[in-house]
Amino acid sequence: MQRRRLQRTTALGLVAALATFAAACSSSGGSGSSSSSSGSGSSSSALSGTLNASGSTFQLTFQQAAIQSFKQVQQGMTVNYGGGGSGKGRTDLASGVVNFAGSDSPIPSDETANFKGKKVLYFPVIVGPITMSYNLQGVSNLKLTPEVIADIFQGKITKWNDPAIASLNSGAKLPSTPITLAVRSDSSGTTANFSLFLMTAAKNWKLGSSSTINWPKSAHAGNGNGGVAQIVKSTPGAIGYVDYADAKASGLSFASVKNKAGNFVAPSPASASASAATATVAPDLTFAAIWGSEPNAYPITYQSWDLVYQKQSSANTAKMLQAYIGYLLGAGQNLLPQLGYAKLPASLDQKAKAQLSQIGS
Amino acid sequence: MSAVTQTGQAAPGSVPAGGLAARPGLADRGFRWLALGAGLLVLVILVLIAITTTQQASSWFSTEGIKIFSTTWNPAANQFGALPFIYGTAITAIIALVISVPVSIGIALLLTEVVPRRTARPIVYIVDLLAVVPSVVWGLWGILVFAPWIQHIYASIGSGVNGIPVLGSLFGPPTSGASFFTAGIILAFMITPIVTSLSREVIATVPSIDREGAYALGATRWEMIRGVVWPHSQGGVVGAILLGLGRAMGETIAVALVIGSSATITSHLFAPGYNMPAVIANQFGEATGVWRAGLMGLGVLLFAFTIIVNVVARATVERSARRMRGA
Repeated sequence: MQRRRLQRTTALGLVAALATFAAACSSSGGSGSSSSSSGSGSSSSALSGTLNASGSTFQLTFQQAAIQSFKQVQQGMTVNYGGGGSGKGRTDLASGVVNFAGSDSPIPSDETANFKGKKVLYFPVIVGPITMSYNLQGVSNLKLTPEVIADIFQGKITKWNDPAIASLNSGAKLPSTPITLAVRSDSSGTTANFSLFLMTAAKNWKLGSSSTINWPKSAHAGNGNGGVAQIVKSTPGAIGYVDYADAKASGLSFASVKNKAGNFVAPSPASASASAATATVAPDLTFAAIWGSEPNAYPITYQSWDLVYQKQSSANTAKMLQAYIGYLLGAGQNLLPQLGYAKLPASLDQKAKAQLSQIGS
Repeated sequence: MSAVTQTGQAAPGSVPAGGLAARPGLADRGFRWLALGAGLLVLVILVLIAITTTQQASSWFSTEGIKIFSTTWNPAANQFGALPFIYGTAITAIIALVISVPVSIGIALLLTEVVPRRTARPIVYIVDLLAVVPSVVWGLWGILVFAPWIQHIYASIGSGVNGIPVLGSLFGPPTSGASFFTAGIILAFMITPIVTSLSREVIATVPSIDREGAYALGATRWEMIRGVVWPHSQGGVVGAILLGLGRAMGETIAVALVIGSSATITSHLFAPGYNMPAVIANQFGEATGVWRAGLMGLGVLLFAFTIIVNVVARATVERSARRMRGA
């Protein structure tokens, strides 16, 4: 009995602490008008209602963790984030089924008509590295360049001891094992950003950029990052593109990739943040985190946004969106590294927070 | 006509005391409208689905034109030809039927002609249990257990037949655990219960007087099955097979997980492929514009194909039933 009361008091204390922290974050973050609106939203008034969202599966783990901890900030609010893919998220937002959508790419030009001229705000919430995971016994620190990766995934380099790979890894004992490609069977933002990286960084890349690529016929396809990780893990000689969180969870080894500055960098939350930090950010906060120019940037880095209509149907929904997305940009960012993702660079985070006040009704 | 006479006959029997004598007309009419409404509702929903999906797919039909039947599906290059998927749907369904039909008819004959009814019942339960396993469970089992196990068998068959003219191009390398053939095997598991139970019911309708007549003429059990049971139930069994085919064509998640997801037309059955439901399931989440319309269009084509198969199946079953009644 007494113990339970004690727990409750601690919980309340925690909530209060978090609330003040969030308030502090948003008031220090935004400039001028934004601080007052989001500050009052999280500290004084308790909001109640439901926010529904769908989209990017890249964000899914983060959203789930954030929804759990956000319960302690606003008990009255329920947030639901269903995955389904970025395309589904944008379609759902356009048809008004959800309050916000997660998307790994900006709205493509052939979809803009679906939004009927209503202004959509982009809130970047997450960046993360895509690893080149491989399965080669005795080779621990593989080095690859964008051109070599392109040739491997176009089926031009088919053996691990190919001179192109061997010249990059002088010390390593590369076997003559054939290379097995592990790719995604479902269309995915991971594929879209991986192929965008190859388009940007490797002149010899011929397969284009899309969320589904016509890979060489011999490629093995798996469902989701977990499915690709599973193929790499179970097939000696396999190489695949897997997001960092899943590669870590499956215990895969991954290659260092040559970046724009000419250094070989291993994927990590820090090196991904570094790549995003130098990206050119457009006024609507769209950018591409790949191929950053920092010396310690990991080049295959991608990003995801939450898409929100500027004009909401009710003041309450607008307030709820400000509170939740404010949380994702504030205290929520601290959840990212342990989940295997990278925090937004500070400057971008500031810009996103400043944009919160534009959500209105 | 027949409905009216039936309700007319039923009415007097259902009114016990006569206190409700003024009511039946109203109640009957109400019931008829309700039943008619329920029946029409299904039809209306079906038609609306057909219309809206066709509408959503229209940009595919209009931008690609005849190229919807081309062999290249490459979203990165805006090419959306459906032929690899139509081909894959046909191949996987044929593999499934080739494996499933002999097994299903065998089980059906076992249950009706060989074992006594007491033993037959538990076998029926077990076969029906196969139908209860959800699609996604088949798919997960297929990709995590079955495909890794069978890929070694594929690889050794592949290297064995490599270079032999026909066998080499059917079963030769490249081989992969997730392939047309794996999808076909999983589909065979999934359609066996439906083909079995429909065939069993058809075979059970063979009049026992015919069977006994055959035995009386000195026929063995096999001769009796060949001479009496088969001619009698042929049509119904073909119908059962076609219904199984309809299911095999439309099955989605299990296939999406094990087919290998490579939009290619190849004679190599052990190579990764693709079919219509699987590509819709895999690519819809991220598809935009014409690509999305193309996936919708694949849905429309699949809808049309399954309707044709089902209509043919029903017609075959009915024709054979009529012939049996006439006989």
